[in-house]
Amino acid sequence: MQQEGFGVKEIRMEEKKIEKQLSLPLSNAIQMSIRNLRIRFGRSIIITMSILLGIAFLMSVLAGNALTNSLIEKGPEEVRMLLMSNIEEVRTRQGWLASLSLLVCTVGIINAMLMSVTERSREIGTMKCLGALDKFVVELFLLESIAHGIFGSLVGSIVGAATMTVVYLFQYGSLIIRIFPAGTMLKWMLASILLGTFLAVIGAMYPAYVSARMEPAEAIRREV
Amino acid sequence: MPKEAIVRTIGVKKSFMLGKIPLHVLKGIDIEILKGEYISIMGPSGSGKTTLFNMIGGLDKPSEGKVYIDEVDIAQLDAYELAWLRCRKIGYIFQSFNLIPVMTAIENVMLPMIFAGMTTDESRDKAKLLLETVGLGERLQHKPFELSGGQQQRVAIARALANDPAIILADEPTGNLDLKTGKEIINLLREMNKEKSVSIITATHDLKMLDVSDRVIWLRDGMIERVEDRENINIKVGEVEGEEAG
Repeated sequence: MQQEGFGVKEIRMEEKKIEKQLSLPLSNAIQMSIRNLRIRFGRSIIITMSILLGIAFLMSVLAGNALTNSLIEKGPEEVRMLLMSNIEEVRTRQGWLASLSLLVCTVGIINAMLMSVTERSREIGTMKCLGALDKFVVELFLLESIAHGIFGSLVGSIVGAATMTVVYLFQYGSLIIRIFPAGTMLKWMLASILLGTFLAVIGAMYPAYVSARMEPAEAIRREV
Repeated sequence: MPKEAIVRTIGVKKSFMLGKIPLHVLKGIDIEILKGEYISIMGPSGSGKTTLFNMIGGLDKPSEGKVYIDEVDIAQLDAYELAWLRCRKIGYIFQSFNLIPVMTAIENVMLPMIFAGMTTDESRDKAKLLLETVGLGERLQHKPFELSGGQQQRVAIARALANDPAIILADEPTGNLDLKTGKEIINLLREMNKEKSVSIITATHDLKMLDVSDRVIWLRDGMIERVEDRENINIKVGEVEGEEAG
């Protein structure tokens, strides 16, 4: 009985070998992720919209703050007088709006990602039955969520910044073009993109990890 | 020379918590399944068939007791070894087919081979062959929603055979299929058992399985009621619970 194991006993002594015997090549993982994004297009759009809107909201608040600050610093006397007259209120409102938008954005993105992964719990359980390691599952969802995160945040930050700039243009006219805080805007846009991607990734990774770690039977019968 | 036991369970118990109340599904199961056998685990709904199936297949952990696959205690295996087992040694078939909906039939069959490290080309060729063996040569590029229940189950069988497993575990394989299709699937499984000497373990309450099984394990209320060899199977209409015979 000793020499005729079917390989498990031998493998236990060669830990390193096992990792090479089960694999998900990156090209296959990318292909599967792209396939998932394309075919679940409707679902993808909703997830991307959640990220997009959350980031757009945040960015519009940040853009508004940046534009207001720029007006205070470099604007003509009348505008400065107007804004400085209730600077306390302006600052408080800026802070409050920024915090709120950050919160809304975070909750919205995490919720969207959590739901979208949990509803695929059965698929994850099935993949475990086919021999997928936990990290394969996590990798697949990582690729998908990065794609959602970057795309949604990129478009969202552009939409947010653009919308706010247009609003201010209507209110203050061509003055805005003169005092446009390009550097600050770009800084906030980059920060928003990073934040959106980060939130999308952790929003997806956590449930993916939880489902991957479950026993396959549990993951398969998990009802959403 | 005694035949090898490919699956052995000793005192397996499983309980689930429903809120604060424990539900004892399996109350001590001891079975031994030999290499190359076709075993059916039968019993009424709620007898614990699927739970026992999950224990044997390493899909869930028992609350008590041990499960040995090829004389190796699976509780001692780490995540890699378990995944290797599921990839290479065991093929699974489910009542609800469990195919990946965004992948075509051929891609579904290729997936376990990709995990096993085969190249895309090799796995595609083998998948094509397997699908032809189960009679779906014309439907390689179809997605699951474009296939009937019987066809989906055939894809699942082809997928289960992808890495030439030693054991095929089927949980109610004919549960969602009509009479005729169910018979075809059962015959397909029997062919695999005979031609490829794959051990087959099914959990079912389809009496059509009785004909092709080497042994039948009858489960009731989480315990083994009796184990019968095919020659001795005793069916009296009215005495066997579950679906009507034939």
